[in-house]
Amino acid sequence: MRPVLPILIPLMTAVAALLAWRWRGVQRGVSLLGAVALLVAALILLASVWRDGIQVVQIGSWPAPFGITVVVDLFSAIMVALAGLMGLAVAVYSLGSMDTAREEFGYYPLLHILLMGVCGAFLTGDLFNLYVWFEVMLMASFVLLVLGGERAQIEGAIKYVTLNLMSSALLLAAVGILYGLVGTLNMADLAQKLRSAHHPGLVTTLSMLFLVAFGIKAAVFPLFFWLPASYHTPPVAVSAIFAGLLTKVGVYALIRVFTLLFRHDVGYTHTLILILAGLTMITGVLGAVAQNEFRRILSFHIVSQIGYMIMGLGLFTPLALTGSVFYITHHIIVKTNLFLISGVVNRLCGTYELKNLGGLYQAHPGLAVLFMIPALSLAGLPPLSGFWAKLTLVQAGLETEQYVIVLVALAVGVLTLLSMLKIWTEAFWKPSTRNSQPSVNRRQLVHVFFPIIVLALLTVVIGLVVQPFFVLAERAADQLINPEAYIRAVLGGTS
Amino acid sequence: METILAVVIGVLYATGIYMMLRRSLVKLIIGLSLLSNGANLLIFTVGRLTRARAPFVPEGADALQPPYADPLPQALILTAIVISFGVLGFVVVLFHRAYQTVGTDDLDEMKATDT
Repeated sequence: MRPVLPILIPLMTAVAALLAWRWRGVQRGVSLLGAVALLVAALILLASVWRDGIQVVQIGSWPAPFGITVVVDLFSAIMVALAGLMGLAVAVYSLGSMDTAREEFGYYPLLHILLMGVCGAFLTGDLFNLYVWFEVMLMASFVLLVLGGERAQIEGAIKYVTLNLMSSALLLAAVGILYGLVGTLNMADLAQKLRSAHHPGLVTTLSMLFLVAFGIKAAVFPLFFWLPASYHTPPVAVSAIFAGLLTKVGVYALIRVFTLLFRHDVGYTHTLILILAGLTMITGVLGAVAQNEFRRILSFHIVSQIGYMIMGLGLFTPLALTGSVFYITHHIIVKTNLFLISGVVNRLCGTYELKNLGGLYQAHPGLAVLFMIPALSLAGLPPLSGFWAKLTLVQAGLETEQYVIVLVALAVGVLTLLSMLKIWTEAFWKPSTRNSQPSVNRRQLVHVFFPIIVLALLTVVIGLVVQPFFVLAERAADQLINPEAYIRAVLGGTS
Repeated sequence: METILAVVIGVLYATGIYMMLRRSLVKLIIGLSLLSNGANLLIFTVGRLTRARAPFVPEGADALQPPYADPLPQALILTAIVISFGVLGFVVVLFHRAYQTVGTDDLDEMKATDT
C-alpha cells in the first residue's frame, strides 16, 4: 500500500480541490494539506526503502509479468521525495503569488494532477504504464502552461504541445515494437528477456527510438528547442515546478531504461549518450550566455544541466551514476529555487528583463544572499551542493579516462558562473534605474519567501553535510548498476 | 497483409510528418493525428494479424496454440486511442484559441517567445 500513496494522495487532493471549485479558500487549504501529506508519504517511503530494500506492489494482485507493477527502488524513492518537496514548495509559493483568476480556474487541482503524473512515472515498473503516466503529466502541464491565455503562453504552448506529442507518439511506437519483439512490458521481465534476445541489432535500434522519445522530454541536444521557447511564459510558480520536475522525469526514464533494459551494447549506446551529454552542456550554456532575460537564462541552464545528469549515465560506472543521482537531487532543489527567486524579483521590479532591473542588492540585501546561494551552487562553487555533484562526475570521468567530457564539464561550469554573475551584476549590483517602488503585500511575501529560504538552506546543508546524501546516492546507483535485486524483487525468487 | 499494413503505416508517418512541417496550424493538427494513428496501427500489426483465431486456451491444453492474434496490443491501442483522442481535443481548442489571440494560423508568425 505504501508505495502507491504518492500517487493516491495527489489524486485525492485534486478531486477534493475540484469539488471545492467555487471556494477558493478551501482549494488553497486542500492544496497545502495535500502537498504536506505527499511530502510526508514520500519521506516515509524513502525511509522504508532505505531500511528494507526495494518495495513492490502488484496492482490488483496480478502476479508480476501480467499485471501492472509498482516498484520503488532507492532512485525512485529519492525522485518521489524530491517531487513531494518541490510540490510543497510550489504549493506554498503559489498561495502568495498566483493570481485570483488562475486560482479560480482550477490551478490547484491541475498542480496536484501534475504531481500525480510525475510520481506515477517514477513509481511504475511497467513500460506502457510509464507512457500513460507521461500522458497524465503532459496533459496537466499543457493546461497549466496555457492557463491564463496570454499570447506568449499560447505561442509557447504550441511548440511545447507539438513536440511533446511527437515524443509520445515515438514512445508509443517504441513500446509497441518492443512488445512485439519480446512479448512483455514489465520492465524487470524485459530486462531478463532482453539479455537473451536474438536480435541485438534490432534491440539497439529500439533503444535509439527510446533515446529520442525520452530525449525530447528530457530536453537533450538536439531535441531541446521546445524548452527555452515555453518555460519562461507561464506564471513563475508553474515555471518553477516545470523546471524542477518535468525534464527530470525524462532523465529518470532515460536512466531507468538504459540501466535496466538496454545494457547489451554499452560501448555504442552509452558512448552516444556521453557525446549527447557534452553537446547538451555546451549548447545549453552558450544559449544562456546569449540571453538577457532572467527566466530565459535559467531555462537554457536547465538544458545545460541535463547534460551533466546524462553524463553520469554515459560514463556508466557506479561512481558516475552516483554523480548523476546526486546531481539530479541538487539540481531540482537549486533550479526550482532560482525560478522562485526570479518571481520575487519580478514582483519587486515588475520585469524579467535584465537591462531594466537593478539596485536589488541595495534595496533587498537578504534577497541578494538568497539568490547567491543557489546561483553559486548551480555553477558548482564549494562548499555548496553543486560542487560535490560536479566533483563526483568529474572524478568518474577521470577514472574512466574520458578527458574530453571532463574538460567540457569544467568549462561549462565556468560559463555557468559567468552567466550567473551576469544576472548578479545586472539585477542586483547595478544601481537602480527606477524611482518608484511597487507596493508589496507583506502577508503574501511570507508565502513567497518561506519556500525560497527553506530550499536555500537545504542547498547549504547538502553542501556542508554531504556524507549522508552521498551515501544515499551511492546506494541508489548501486541498485541501478546491479539490477538483479530489482528483477528479483519484482518477479519473485525465480530469476 | 503485413506488407500492406507496413506500407500504410509508412505512408501515415510520412504524410503526418509532412503535414507537421507545413506552416498552417490546421495542418499541424492533421499531422499530429495521422502520426498517432500510424503509431496505433504499428502496434496493431506488431501484435500479429491472424484472422478468426480467438486467443483462448483449448480444452485439455495449458497454453495458447499458435497461430493466434495477441490480444494485449489491441488493449494497448484502445488505451492509446483514448489518450490521443483527449489530447487531440485539447490541441484543437488550444490552436483555435491561438488563432483568436494571434489573429493568424501561420506558424511563422508565432515566434515571439523563441530565442
